[in-house]
Amino acid sequence: MAYPQNYRYTREHEWIEVDGKTGKIGITDYAQNSLGDIVFVESPKVGAAVKKGEVFGSVESVKAVSDLYSPITGTVIEVNEELASAPEKINTDAHASWIMKVELSDPSEVDSLLNAEDYEKFVAEETGS
Amino acid sequence: MATTTNRFVGTTRKVTAHLTQNEPLSFEKSAPGKKGYKLAPLDVPEVDPAALLGAAAREDKPGLPELSEIEIIRHFTRLSTWNYAIDLGMYPLGSCTMKYNPRVNEFVSRLEGIAEAHPYQPERLSRGAMVIIKLLKDCLMEITGMDAIALHPAAGAHGEFTGMLMTRAYHQSKGNPRKNVIIPDSAHGTNPATAASVGYQVVNLKSNAQGGVDVEALAKIVNEDTAALMLTNPSTIGVFESEIHKIADVLHDKGALLYMDGANMNALVGKTRPGDFGVDVMHLNLHKTFSTPHGGGGPGCGPVACKQFLEPFLPIPFVTLGEDGLLHWSSDRPHSIGRVRAFYGNFGMFVRALAYILANGPDGLRQTTEDAVLNANYIRKNLEDVYELPYDTPSMHEVVFSDKRQVKNGIKTGDIAKRLIDYGFHPYTTSFPLIVPGALMIEPTESESREELDLFIDAMRQIAREAEENPEVVISAPHSTRISRLDETMAARKPVLRWKGPPADAVEVDTAAKEW
Amino acid sequence: MRYLPKSDAERAAMLREIGVSSIDDLFTAIPEEYRLTRDLKVPRQMGESEIIDYFKAAAEKNAQAYTSFLGAGAYRHYRPVIIDSLVQRGEFLTSYTPYQAEITQGTLQAIFEFQTMICELTGMDIANASMYDGSTGAAEAVMMAVRVTGRDGVLVAKTVHPEYREVMHTYAQHQGHEAREVAYYPDGHAQAGRIDLEALEQAVNEETACVLVQSPNFFGVVEDIPVIAEIAHKKGALLIVSIAEAVSLGIVRPPVEADIVSMEAQSFGVALSYGGPYCGVLAAKEKYLRQMPGRLVGETKDRDGRRGFVLTLSTREQHIRREKATSNICTNQALVALMATIFMTVYGKEGIKELAVQNLAKAKYAADRLGAHDKLLFGQSPRFHEFVLQTEEPPKRLNARLMEKKIIGGLDLCKWYPELGSATLWCATELTTKEQIDAAVAIVAEISVASAAR
Repeated sequence: MAYPQNYRYTREHEWIEVDGKTGKIGITDYAQNSLGDIVFVESPKVGAAVKKGEVFGSVESVKAVSDLYSPITGTVIEVNEELASAPEKINTDAHASWIMKVELSDPSEVDSLLNAEDYEKFVAEETGS
Repeated sequence: MATTTNRFVGTTRKVTAHLTQNEPLSFEKSAPGKKGYKLAPLDVPEVDPAALLGAAAREDKPGLPELSEIEIIRHFTRLSTWNYAIDLGMYPLGSCTMKYNPRVNEFVSRLEGIAEAHPYQPERLSRGAMVIIKLLKDCLMEITGMDAIALHPAAGAHGEFTGMLMTRAYHQSKGNPRKNVIIPDSAHGTNPATAASVGYQVVNLKSNAQGGVDVEALAKIVNEDTAALMLTNPSTIGVFESEIHKIADVLHDKGALLYMDGANMNALVGKTRPGDFGVDVMHLNLHKTFSTPHGGGGPGCGPVACKQFLEPFLPIPFVTLGEDGLLHWSSDRPHSIGRVRAFYGNFGMFVRALAYILANGPDGLRQTTEDAVLNANYIRKNLEDVYELPYDTPSMHEVVFSDKRQVKNGIKTGDIAKRLIDYGFHPYTTSFPLIVPGALMIEPTESESREELDLFIDAMRQIAREAEENPEVVISAPHSTRISRLDETMAARKPVLRWKGPPADAVEVDTAAKEW
Repeated sequence: MRYLPKSDAERAAMLREIGVSSIDDLFTAIPEEYRLTRDLKVPRQMGESEIIDYFKAAAEKNAQAYTSFLGAGAYRHYRPVIIDSLVQRGEFLTSYTPYQAEITQGTLQAIFEFQTMICELTGMDIANASMYDGSTGAAEAVMMAVRVTGRDGVLVAKTVHPEYREVMHTYAQHQGHEAREVAYYPDGHAQAGRIDLEALEQAVNEETACVLVQSPNFFGVVEDIPVIAEIAHKKGALLIVSIAEAVSLGIVRPPVEADIVSMEAQSFGVALSYGGPYCGVLAAKEKYLRQMPGRLVGETKDRDGRRGFVLTLSTREQHIRREKATSNICTNQALVALMATIFMTVYGKEGIKELAVQNLAKAKYAADRLGAHDKLLFGQSPRFHEFVLQTEEPPKRLNARLMEKKIIGGLDLCKWYPELGSATLWCATELTTKEQIDAAVAIVAEISVASAAR
């Protein structure tokens, strides 16, 4: 699987695409594959504060719920409305389906996240492949 | 389903295909003017609802169907034939205890004086009901080895809620309500849900290598912040916690309580008693151990039993013997957690459970438990060469296998379960407990004859062979049902939770709380 | 023992096959000190005829062939015979929760019909597959409103069933949302017996999660739902309407302005059975779907495009969410909900109205006749089939005199509403005959005549 080079990743399988002081956040292809058919995405409200490492929402499949952990600290400036009626977009293209846009309060936090290569290695270890 | 090659397809012995009737929704057969009822003529003056109720009068008629009696009988009879049931055969569901639902229970619960008793009718006209309640309480206390009991909770989860509220009230009375509840990772989902609803944090306890409580690990995390350990014994693996006295001691040393989820009492009745081995408070499931019918999902009944020191916290009201030698209702329990429901509980289920106890007597109850454990071990013995046993500890009334040997062919527990349907059985419990990946949780109960057990074993063995030699037939199962596997993803993404016919008079409401 | 399908020979053979010499070898995991070595002290095993005799004797010690004017959250309505014919079919009675949809379409389709009919009756968009009863349903509705709004203020009308209020209090402990009670207008007021709207308006604020009223309320009075809804919604609070008498929906307008409806469906073909099992149900507006507790049945298709039904949105429930679930509820009241489903199908669109109107008529006749001798409270306000009578004679004595003639009179209200003085709550349904009402009136009148003559 090719993980976008310009994204950064967490060990909880979220990705972030940083653009200056804002970032788009979603879940990786590995995550959507493990979850199976996604039926619902619980997103935060615009204006909500998110903290690095803390839960900001969740993703549901028919038989499971997965908490989503924020890669960085900041404020939610936009939420992907499309996912409310078509959560399956995450299954079809996880890396293009952002869940929330955040204004970063501390851009340096991104430095401690995994890059594409390290994330791919991490996934390989997890799956034992 | 049949393949054109010579690949193995099992022979079903318990079932054969058979025509069943189709039947649409009642609304789809409805036609204006069809009637299924006739009221006696009004013997008092007619009234004008608009005049009596004014703006509160209903202007439309609710969109209920209009059908004649024969259509209604056919409708529900046809629907019923689409269901599997205990009356048709074994349910190997783990921790559900799908035993025979005796018919005399149904008969006695419908006796006029019992079925028509209003909960608020005067005590002197309710002595029969109170006698039933008292005898059931006495029997259940004896069976559990507890000192006090309340029958109010409507289900196991309701009983857990009640028991944990009592636990909290007890700790509060000692000056420290405490902060968390320890729950093994093998526990049923209602346990953590209940703990949270009572304001406790859940602390997960990892099971040891035998799938039981790791007493050393437990001792490390129990402290003065621990309110209780919620334990199922035997565990959801079907194994009795042999160190139960150590577990109880570890908790009691720090003033914490031992709560027992009584879902697996079918392994214990007449052979041992939770009150004797250190349990402080527990609930029972009358719809499991005591034969009250599952009815498609309920009603149940989840009495809460406890030791003397917790009695002051039990819910109200309670039946007590007065000085006049008669039974009375009393709410004289100043430290009670209060009412957990209106009226007295699922009285209809009390009647059924008591009838079951009377039908058995002490010898029947003990024999029942012994047969339940015998049956589970018989299945274990006859399947352990084809299915993986994750733990080699002795099983009591249920046995847990895993799909480890079948997974290499891409076959999971859920697939085997669906294929079991083609052999005429209801599936066992899949994917639970969570500590066994790919679990097959099997509890036959005492109600299964050797013939039925042999048919089940035969089916499971044939499926194991299909999994080896012809995985496709298992993965795409069931093949023989009215409908094939349903699209649960669509059901969750675009929920359709009611039938919608032609638009009725829509009522526009502009005062709805829009923010939410 | 006749429920156990094994002979001793079979047991012995099975033990041999397992490789143990006696059944006790399978119980060795139980520490010896805890093994019972005696019989349980329960009554000896009885034959079936003895069991029936036992319960018949108990049934005879309960009221038999009494006329009853009791209501107060449990109602005596006619139960069509086909209800028991159908629910006693083994495929319904002894079936399990429909987790395996392919072999439980009977249960699932029936629940789907139940959910639909509850929506039609209540004016809500969605309904669940049942809760334990009306009292716990109300408590869960409050918890739902608290989750939805994120607020913790709860207002409950004093005219909600007293035991329901007690249950809500028990549930609210440790959840941080104790309810405040709102008074009702006293007798004599234009809206006597209804919630005090001024008091309500004063009490609702931006911290209020919900306002909970019962309609018809405990006094039998129908509340003015649109006005109450406006007061609640103005401050962003949800309106929960609790309905204890489901039959009222045949003639009383549904609470369409409510956000959540918590109903007790016992009146729909469920026996009184000394208080349970009954049938709670929650219904709500579509937008609250994900916060709804309890099971939900949804329509879908199978692989071949055939319509089928399945339990859905399970991620709300305890077996998946565990400590974050909307409720800990697992077992519900499925078979009792099936009774209600059959009842609603039997009466249907026309019948439910006819039935409700008969109830209205019977109670009006009873209230008029009894009110001629004693004081009918809250008479100015619309009511369904219950009413409050204030008598000079203390209720204890009045009811004792009625009992001599095998009549159970109205429920004494003194322990819950002492401010009403000598007051009793009376209920008349389609089963109450004119004869029975006249007989009760005659006895009640005896003492009134005697005291009037003084």
